[in-house]
Amino acid sequence: MEWETVIGLEIHVQLSTQSKIFSGASTAFGAAPNTQACAVDLAMPGTLPVANEEAFRFAVMFGLAMNAEIGKRSVFERKNYFYPDLPKGYQTTQLQEPIVGPGVIEVELAGGQTKSVRLHHAHLEEDAGKSLHEDYQGMSGIDLNRAGTPLIEIVSEPDMRSAEEAVAYLKKIHSIITYLGISDGEMSQGSMRCDANVSVRLKGDEKLGTRCEIKNINSFKFVEKAINIEAERQIDLIEDGGKVTQETRLFDAEKSETRPMRSKEVANDYRYFPCPDLLPVVLDDEYIEAIRGTLPELPDAKRDRFVNEYGLSKYDAAVLTSERITADYFESVAKASGEAKLAANWVMVDLAAFLNKSETSMTDCPVAAEQLAGLIKRIKDGTISGKIAKQVFEAMTRGDGDADTIIEKQGLKQVSDTGAIEKMVDDVLANNQAQVDNYKNADENKRPKMLGFFVGQIMKTSKGQANPQAVNEILLKKLSEQ
Amino acid sequence: MHTKTIAELISGLRNKDFSSSELTQHFLDRIAAKDERYNSYISVTRDIALAQAQAADERLATGDAPPLCGVPIAHKDIFCTQGVRTSCGSKMLDNFIAPYDATIVDNYQRAGAVMLGKTNMDEFAMGSSNETSYYGPVKNPWNINCVPGGSSGGSAAAVAALLAPGATASDTGGSIRQPAALCGLTGIKPTYGRVSRYGMIAFASSLDQAGVLTRSAEDAAIMLNVMASFDDKDSTCVDQPLEDYTAGLTDDLTGLTVGVPDEYFGEGLNPKTAEVVQAAIKTYESLGATIKPISLPHTHLAVPAYYVIAPAECSANLSRFDGVRYGHRCEDPKDLADMYKRSRGEGFGDEVKRRILVGTYALSAGYYDAYYNKAQQVRRLIKQDFVDAFADVDVILGPTSPNPTFEFGSKGDDPVAMYLEDIYTIATNLAGLPGLSIPCGLVDGKPVGLQLIGNYFAEGKLLNVAHQFQQATDFHQQLPPETA
Repeated sequence: MEWETVIGLEIHVQLSTQSKIFSGASTAFGAAPNTQACAVDLAMPGTLPVANEEAFRFAVMFGLAMNAEIGKRSVFERKNYFYPDLPKGYQTTQLQEPIVGPGVIEVELAGGQTKSVRLHHAHLEEDAGKSLHEDYQGMSGIDLNRAGTPLIEIVSEPDMRSAEEAVAYLKKIHSIITYLGISDGEMSQGSMRCDANVSVRLKGDEKLGTRCEIKNINSFKFVEKAINIEAERQIDLIEDGGKVTQETRLFDAEKSETRPMRSKEVANDYRYFPCPDLLPVVLDDEYIEAIRGTLPELPDAKRDRFVNEYGLSKYDAAVLTSERITADYFESVAKASGEAKLAANWVMVDLAAFLNKSETSMTDCPVAAEQLAGLIKRIKDGTISGKIAKQVFEAMTRGDGDADTIIEKQGLKQVSDTGAIEKMVDDVLANNQAQVDNYKNADENKRPKMLGFFVGQIMKTSKGQANPQAVNEILLKKLSEQ
Repeated sequence: MHTKTIAELISGLRNKDFSSSELTQHFLDRIAAKDERYNSYISVTRDIALAQAQAADERLATGDAPPLCGVPIAHKDIFCTQGVRTSCGSKMLDNFIAPYDATIVDNYQRAGAVMLGKTNMDEFAMGSSNETSYYGPVKNPWNINCVPGGSSGGSAAAVAALLAPGATASDTGGSIRQPAALCGLTGIKPTYGRVSRYGMIAFASSLDQAGVLTRSAEDAAIMLNVMASFDDKDSTCVDQPLEDYTAGLTDDLTGLTVGVPDEYFGEGLNPKTAEVVQAAIKTYESLGATIKPISLPHTHLAVPAYYVIAPAECSANLSRFDGVRYGHRCEDPKDLADMYKRSRGEGFGDEVKRRILVGTYALSAGYYDAYYNKAQQVRRLIKQDFVDAFADVDVILGPTSPNPTFEFGSKGDDPVAMYLEDIYTIATNLAGLPGLSIPCGLVDGKPVGLQLIGNYFAEGKLLNVAHQFQQATDFHQQLPPETA
């Protein structure tokens, strides 16, 4: 039997507005508990919400970037349930008339394929506070700093068929929101959170299987892992004659498992109804078009421009543009060095490897774009070889300064002086008469391979600084003269 | 001093006949001496009142003080008052000291008014007799065996018993107008959105509106001038230009068209009440008004629609009272569910629980369309009735309440009988229109209220129509026998 996994994602994104969605309190992360919660956030009796225009603007930006319909009339509703970190006893959210309607985006998969994922809708809502269960001697603490932070919940159609597709989609959303600057997208801080609806069915079946909602997946890596684990669990269950029950499950990264949560609350009746404290919000075309005019260049457009302007492959351009900060970095390097292809290679290969290995984010990248451009210029003008360049780059990552300084200081300048190289070649040949004889006696077609020995010896003598091209030329000339 | 109207007190203060401190002390003494009988106050804010009075006297001395400066008033205990217990008539908030002032409380403070205290009310404003208060029932000064009406019964009794010259109140389905009628007062519920709801503890958000209870239309105009404002902290507040409600009080009523809905004089209306109201209609005719019979065909649906919408909204509005952050929390909760259940079980009274349950039911999956949606459709029809009517008439007139005041416990355990006491006032809230009640006579020694309903933001017109009636009659000057 061949199984197919069906995935839909619900992504919560905290909007980086100055103040909360319904109050004037600050939304900054990391303040002391309950210092950023005003009377409205605490749901003091008699307080009323006032919608934050900036949150609407951000949501409209997102909708436009997703090629989605914009809800010209959107309505907040109350979702009723009791929980200590939900001060009003209801969450103010949108249901029937959300701010962003259906849309579709193209997602790039590894291997250059693309995939369309449909957006069901995205709505504005308020975040809850946090319950803290440690450090209170068996009691719970409540921090309401986060209560009322604006969120957009982005709900996809169940269009993804593998964990890889789901991650690619999630990354695309991450890329869009950070390009737009409407969220910092930091999954580790909870600025972007993801729930995955996962079901399985036999390949070819039209009917969807029973789905489980997996919560608490707070990194790209875990999204992939959680989906794969859950799909496997469901397949095993069905193959063993069992049935999947619709439920909410928690992903436990340490134990590499998903397990049921809140079974009591699954049957919750949220009793949605329009919030009488907030009037429907009506947006006119002028407002929407004005926002459209402020949109930055988005990942897809930037990718296409990189292909046209810098002659990059579509895949390379897509990789470079998936994060705005990387795209901007590349573009600075390309412009400053005048060598777009080399720039692309260095950013995607050497720099990426370094960041990955050192677990450094692009934001904290120790090599400035101008520095990398300087390095590329020295490769291009023959001052250093590609191999030496890697050495210089490594020094740069340690903060040793720009390329010229490092090259100078460490004496890494490539030797292109013909006289000096001739001297080295003569020495090597003189000291390795046996190899020279072998070479001369060998067949013509075996000779290039044997040449490697002499090149290696010369490079060793020159500490890698001899210009390889010059070495080759002189070596061939000298050998033929022997 | 206590028999004077607010208008008279204002000129007395300006003429230096008495100071605000003397006036305030006088009312505080009266409350101390007499309120045990009426139970109209939950809290008397003596120290605050005297400090505010002193400040008012200083302001008055400069000769540049706003009209209400130095006049003592009472606030319904539904309005948050910073540093003062704000109980909403409930055990749930018996320990709640509000950390901020409601916008209207702030408005009065800035106008120099003096707060005597916080008045009793039906718990969370749910009731028509003031019998649901955690602080015990309020007695009607006209007959202490009878109810003052509700939910603003404390404000009404305090003003009727001359324990405050005027009081703030709130009206979700008649909670200002019905107590005004039962206590012989003038009470106005403005257009929804005219007055800020910020800091007024919510019962049913789409229906709640603050207003005032006074002893004359002129006093109501003076008080409303201060209460009305645009407030950006309340998204449902309407940015409508403010007007001076005293400016048009004396306008002539010649040419005024008064609509009298058939439906307000049908079955259920006490015949003696009907008689008194008919006499009031004659008075208007004599003042030059044209009486025009009209129909508000969906009137009979107002009570059922209201008792779906109001409980639905209250079921969510009262969820915040969970024992977590403020208010009543049960002793030694064994877990979270236990804390919720016992805190709410102990903190809320029966009528509040009934409405939370009704509202929760009406919003439940499978019932939402049949109840909540249907009620909202009915609400639109009721509103349309009024829109159609106001195409032909300037104001609508009828009884405020089908009966005069009744004895405590006489509605027994029949909530529907109680709900029907609001049958003429509820539609106004559903439509968001302004409504006013003025005294128009007595039945068996009990006051009868005449209700006037105006078009949106026609508070000035309503007060004018009420004032002219009061110029021609003296019903509003009659005092409860034992206070006279």
